[in-house]
Amino acid sequence: MRWMWIDRVVELVPGQKLVAIKHVSLAEEHLHDHFPASATHPPLPIMPASLIIEGMAQTAGILVGHAENFAEKVVLAKVSKAELNTEARPGDTLRYTAIIEKFDPMGASTKGTVELLSPMPGVAAATIGSIDLMFSHLDQNMSGLEFPEHNFVFSESFRTLLRGSGIVMPANTSSHE
Amino acid sequence: MTRDEIFSKVQAVLVDALAVDEEDVTPTATLTGDLGAESIDFLDIVFKIEQAFGIKIAQGELFPDGSAQSSFVKDGKVLPEGIARLRERLPHVDFSTFEKDPSVTKVGSLFTVDSIVTFVERKLAGK
Repeated sequence: MRWMWIDRVVELVPGQKLVAIKHVSLAEEHLHDHFPASATHPPLPIMPASLIIEGMAQTAGILVGHAENFAEKVVLAKVSKAELNTEARPGDTLRYTAIIEKFDPMGASTKGTVELLSPMPGVAAATIGSIDLMFSHLDQNMSGLEFPEHNFVFSESFRTLLRGSGIVMPANTSSHE
Repeated sequence: MTRDEIFSKVQAVLVDALAVDEEDVTPTATLTGDLGAESIDFLDIVFKIEQAFGIKIAQGELFPDGSAQSSFVKDGKVLPEGIARLRERLPHVDFSTFEKDPSVTKVGSLFTVDSIVTFVERKLAGK
């Protein structure tokens, strides 16, 4: 399952809110490069902030796509704000909550919070950051550019994730994969 | 709300949306040329102006949408009937300088901080 940075959608309020989780695992290759051992330091596997932003983009992107029944090609157009104050390490779970702030035919803005759920007993979930994003509905772009007809944004990987989360995508958004 | 008060709120919106310094957001600053706005920023600005002033802005009302382009352009210039159409749709925009050199590449310079302030002023006045 390439380039999926969330593991499951756990809550969906159509057009309003979507919650997804991501388990950080030492089996993920990128953690071995972020950061590898150096001459002076042992390896330090932490989830890259850029991929946490991607996880939020997928969470919020599904919410925005679902609002129009996946008819629109929803692309991340702008990271309005991203603040993270704690590192996520192997064994941690990230919980992304995205809400739609504004929505119109051309696109949407979302606000998101990132929580860290530690596997250690007695440790409460903690909010570790916020990520606000803007999405564009690609076919409604101002320059009038045309894109392929099939919805290449919500690909088979997304369909599998949504199916596993109990969310049904309409058949006519097939991705030709 | 006075024009100065509207300007202050518009200024705050643009500082937030475009990550620019307050002193750069002058009345004559152009959104694309001076403040570095890209296409998605225009939607962001519309959303933030709606929020800041509690108003609803229809698609193509503050900035032109795709349908405003197309057949009114010849040899890289916007034809007089095109300018007339734009003026009708965008009464908050000052076309006087643009009319002297209506190159398509200059369309971006039409959208100044002042044009947003005028738009909000008209909108709040119920025009």
